Amino acid sequence: MGNKQTTFTEEQLEAYQDCTFFTRKEILRLHGRYRELAPHLVPLDYTNNPDIRVPLTLIVTMPELKENPFRDRIVETFSEDGQGNLSFNDFVDMFSALCETSPRELKTIYAFKIYDFNRDNFICKQDLEKTVNKLTKGELSPEEVTLVCDKAIEEADLDGDSKLSFSDFENMISKAPDFLSNFHVRI
Amino acid sequence: MARNVNFDLNHPLMEAGLESPVDEEVVHNSFNQLIAEQSQNELTDAFELQQLQRDLDEEGQDNVPYLSSPDYRERLQGQREDEWQDDERQTDPIRGEHWSSATLKILSSMPSRTIGRSRGAIISQYYNRTMQLRRRRQSRPSIRDFSRSARPSIRGYGMEGDCTDTEVTKRERLVNNLQNLSVSDRVRMLRAMPLSVAEKSELRTLALQKERRIFSGSQIPCCSQLKYYIIIAVRQSWYSWLSFLHSLHLWQVALKRVSGRFGTGVLSYFLFLKTLLFFNLFLFLVTGAFLVLPQAVHPPVLPAVKRSFSGLELLTGAGYLSDTVMYYGYYCNYTLHRSCRDDGREQNISLSNGTRLDCMSKHLSYNMPLAYFFTIGVAFFITCIILVYSMSKSFGQSFRIDKSHSILAVKVFCSWDFKVIKKTSVKLMSENICTQLKELLAEVNHKHVKNTGCQKVWRLTVQGIAWAICIAGTICCVIGIYFFSHYMHKNLQQTSRSPLASQNALLNEASLLALPVVVSLINLLLPGLFNLAAWMEDYESPSVCTYVAIGRNLMLKVSVLCVLCYHWLGRVAADLNHFMCWESFVGQELYRFLLMDFIFTLLDTLLGEFLWRLFSMRVLKRRRKPVFDIARNVLELIYGQTLAWLGVLFTPLLPVVQLIKLLLLFYIKKSSVMMNCQAPRKPYRVSQMTTIFITLLCFPSFLGASVCVTYTMWSITPSSSCGPFRGLKTMFQAGKRWVEELEKDNPNLSVLARAHSYLVENPFFLFVGAGIFLIVIYFHSQVVDGQRKIISLLQEQIENEGEDKKFLITRLQSIHEQKRTPARRLTSQDSS
Repeated sequence: MGNKQTTFTEEQLEAYQDCTFFTRKEILRLHGRYRELAPHLVPLDYTNNPDIRVPLTLIVTMPELKENPFRDRIVETFSEDGQGNLSFNDFVDMFSALCETSPRELKTIYAFKIYDFNRDNFICKQDLEKTVNKLTKGELSPEEVTLVCDKAIEEADLDGDSKLSFSDFENMISKAPDFLSNFHVRI
Repeated sequence: MARNVNFDLNHPLMEAGLESPVDEEVVHNSFNQLIAEQSQNELTDAFELQQLQRDLDEEGQDNVPYLSSPDYRERLQGQREDEWQDDERQTDPIRGEHWSSATLKILSSMPSRTIGRSRGAIISQYYNRTMQLRRRRQSRPSIRDFSRSARPSIRGYGMEGDCTDTEVTKRERLVNNLQNLSVSDRVRMLRAMPLSVAEKSELRTLALQKERRIFSGSQIPCCSQLKYYIIIAVRQSWYSWLSFLHSLHLWQVALKRVSGRFGTGVLSYFLFLKTLLFFNLFLFLVTGAFLVLPQAVHPPVLPAVKRSFSGLELLTGAGYLSDTVMYYGYYCNYTLHRSCRDDGREQNISLSNGTRLDCMSKHLSYNMPLAYFFTIGVAFFITCIILVYSMSKSFGQSFRIDKSHSILAVKVFCSWDFKVIKKTSVKLMSENICTQLKELLAEVNHKHVKNTGCQKVWRLTVQGIAWAICIAGTICCVIGIYFFSHYMHKNLQQTSRSPLASQNALLNEASLLALPVVVSLINLLLPGLFNLAAWMEDYESPSVCTYVAIGRNLMLKVSVLCVLCYHWLGRVAADLNHFMCWESFVGQELYRFLLMDFIFTLLDTLLGEFLWRLFSMRVLKRRRKPVFDIARNVLELIYGQTLAWLGVLFTPLLPVVQLIKLLLLFYIKKSSVMMNCQAPRKPYRVSQMTTIFITLLCFPSFLGASVCVTYTMWSITPSSSCGPFRGLKTMFQAGKRWVEELEKDNPNLSVLARAHSYLVENPFFLFVGAGIFLIVIYFHSQVVDGQRKIISLLQEQIENEGEDKKFLITRLQSIHEQKRTPARRLTSQDSS
């Protein structure tokens, strides 16, 4: 029936099914995708949880991430070492958080982490400027970028510290119904 | 969760909060600047105190000529400023050392700063949530779960008396809670936690270990052990069912390619198509299993004239196909029995309604009229429930109670579509976002350019004219269809009566196609007129433009369908003299309409997309390909589905036709879109549009179809020579008759019959039901209003809290400063 796989033990697969939004087949498929990024590095047999990490430079060659302006930040956010080297657990975690059935709150938390470039738990003006520049790929002039950032912070900042904390961000995202469908990567 | 924050400034080494952020080396400096700005004002007080002290020192040294010189004041001023700056420079390193780190360490431990960041905060947050969930699921958590330090009086309220727990005990408690939840709750909690997969699976293992330990004990009664095994088995089967469903997933690769190139907007069209496919599949399974299969296995006696198969049947649905299981007329009106002797067919010779055959051995019997009636009714009912459920779910996702004021911020954070992976599409998307940001900036900066009165009037006139054109066009077409259908009807009557009928049989059949062709032509051409009218007028926002276009198209289609329903149910059904089997005729008409709709959609794809692309790129020399008009295509799909729903009663196999049509349409549209179109330039609000389309599918489309079907079943006399309801006054009577028979056989069920006659046939009940429904809706709208007010109040409160925070911090700083300045003054006095 297809049960004859030796990549994971049944226990591991059940754990993945309970902790992520993927089914068994999808997890095996993900392992295949992970392996094809670095076939010489990633073993076929994961039953004893080898500690292998695929570096950032290989992960961002995936077609799903290649053209995304935030690819580096996405991979860094989900990596345990913060440098973008993903183990298989991190890899599964990343695509599970970004999948279709992932709840709004989880996506909001990770979106906040992704857009927080300097990792100080706030989206400050510099973070916003970097975001806007990545979005528009330098088409806007610097004055326009500054203006956009100022206005955005003015709109979304509720407690008046001219930065966006997580609650400000969450409040703003809750008003955007398109966030769930846009913040979704199909794997 | 209440927490003790230590404000004791004498504490030399302030702990950096109770849960230090895991990977934070840099101390927060968020409030540093704020403190600096605010405390400038406070500092002036401190400096003036110092200044006074210095003046007091200077008083003892009087220098008269120095004092009387005119530039003494200047020099004094300058001296003072120098001293001021000296003071500043002196206190700056002090501030840098002690103030900011202490205060900022307090700030960094605030709960709002550690959400989603530190593991300890996440664990305690989810501990609270699992606690709440457990409290909701059962009346009270068991006593042994409480830590010993909880005070007796607050036991049962989940309050923690002592908050200085380490991460390990919090984790234990979370595991404990997880273990006590039901399996689905536990899985849902685990999946939603923003921790890494490794940690989540550790928590899960711990929770399951405890469970296994409990259940391996021998004191547990065998029934709960059995329950445990059943739960495990159910879970395994559920996972394998999910995997099976997933492997069946249609078109995963195709949808990914479409979304990778065009984004979520165009993808929503294909997803809508997939949804319709599943509805039709469901209808097909139900009607196939309960109607088509039994009747196909027990075919009735066919009429003497057997028509030969010519190719035209596939287009007209008449001819050879009219005496097959496809149409209503084929179905028999008696109870089917399994054959009790070898020559099965002979037993099914038509008898009068409901009488049984003589061979009464215990064989399966199948009451065809009843089955027909109930199958259609139940299929519609289940479809209604599914539609309403998906509509409300979609509505819940897209409806936001309060208006969003943060348009620019939302545009920055939520407008990038992460599904798009093709390079050119990504470039296009970033250009689009750039344009939208510029437009929003202009709007936000310059506010609204007030139109002069004259401009407003001109605008209104132009819009009025455009609407008048559209409405006039629609009315003309509708009247045209009305008279044309009347003419075709008369034509048909004449040809069937005249003796020349058999000669031009093929021609007569082909003339049946005239009405569908005309209607499909109108559906194709009139939206072009609407587009022209829209090009003439100029709306403020693109979303209003889209809504207006949808509204006009909807108006056209609804009126066309209304007039057609009147033609079929009012004219054809009433004309009993002519048509032997009007239901089959109506079924055939619907088949023709569906088919013509498909053919014209193909034509539209060919002409509208393929040829237009060639034309615009070669002749008009435009760089960009034409845009895929999502709204119009979705409305076409809804129209087709309405026809399918209308026709199920008359043509039980119509869902199959619709199924095949949708399958073919998917591939054709996909290849056309990939070849000829590009992503829409205007911002497309996907979730709002999806909600609108599902609502349109539910309300005008399904509701109209079910109203027609109900009217047919309730009031129209079925034809007397064909179909499962022949001889009855209305189709509804089949159900009534069955209830009467049941009552005859079993007098105890008279209650059912009486309930039936009171509830279902009495219009009073319907009025009361509708009234209650309206009242419930009104109450809910009032609740929503109240919630809106609460939201604005809460926002004000948040702003006030922000002010409070700022105030407290500056007071903190000033107190700290005041404590330090006397100490420094003392030291300076000592030194001088």
